[in-house]
Amino acid sequence: MTALATFLATKALSGLISWQDQCQAAADFELTLAAVEGRILENNLLPARYQRNQQMISTPQQLRLLRSSVAVVGAGGLGGYILEELARLGVGQIVIIDDDVFEEHNLNRQLLASPAKLGRVKVEVAAERIAEINPAVTVRAVQARLDKAQGVSLLAGADCVVDAVDNVPSRLELEELCEGLQVPLVHGAIGGWYGHVTTIFPGDRSLAKLYRHWSGGKGIEQQLGNPAFTPAVVASFQVAEVCKILLGQGRLLRNRQLNINLLDMEVEEIPL
Amino acid sequence: MKITVKLFATFRKDRFEIEERTYPQGTTVGEIVSELQLPRTQLGILLVSSRHVDLDRVLVDGETLAIFPLVGGG
Repeated sequence: MTALATFLATKALSGLISWQDQCQAAADFELTLAAVEGRILENNLLPARYQRNQQMISTPQQLRLLRSSVAVVGAGGLGGYILEELARLGVGQIVIIDDDVFEEHNLNRQLLASPAKLGRVKVEVAAERIAEINPAVTVRAVQARLDKAQGVSLLAGADCVVDAVDNVPSRLELEELCEGLQVPLVHGAIGGWYGHVTTIFPGDRSLAKLYRHWSGGKGIEQQLGNPAFTPAVVASFQVAEVCKILLGQGRLLRNRQLNINLLDMEVEEIPL
Repeated sequence: MKITVKLFATFRKDRFEIEERTYPQGTTVGEIVSELQLPRTQLGILLVSSRHVDLDRVLVDGETLAIFPLVGGG
């Protein structure tokens, strides 16, 4: 047994390692918090922060989440909630791509927006938030608008990509990029009281079907804007799909789209 | 002929949710979209009997047409 394994075995209480002991191990053994988290899980112990995951996510699955990489494109309404949930879930590597800064009109709904953050680069604020809530997560923050040229290098290596952008052409481009890279894409879109979600595997081309009548411009979000709650709902559906993709569990929203109507409280599933 | 038209999200406002409507034989999806004054730039999904269709699709008596607006925000 290595010195670190012995340390962890000594500190474990009912199989749990406290955050304080995880930090102590990182300091004593000159490892990153992420590396210690990996060693904890490899020794079939669990960082205590994940104890309420335990009945639905086993320790080997928690290790799989730690070893996973997810790219989130867009750090606005959907992206803010998605990043928060991925970090708390324990996804080990998160790439955040967005070119924008926070503005006052973001404050009604974007989780990462606050008066103190106005004018600040969204991906930097997102990285700080993740570091605050789960320092074992490795973040790569990229301030850029995703295009085909750099998209390949930014998304390569991701186990899953999340579509949290705010316009149709970027979504269609993202679907092509993910197909080229053979990576699954979890799509979400919102407008007012309404939103939809679908999960796309290479070859499905669901967004090409979903937006086949698109003729330029924005959707109903242009007139309606977005309230506080719609992004949270759709983002959470998306993260549930990401979790299932990474763990190979459950029934995915492939070739079907969930349409969510929060005004009439209806969820309509349509085939794609 | 009778066509059941189902509208979703914002398209319901000042129109209806579901209605059985009468149209002449040979009516296309696009003609119904125009009749209901649904803006073409805002069209999302068009389904006839759960299959995706284009505006030139000719409807047959008894079919159901579902029309969703475009949603693309994030």
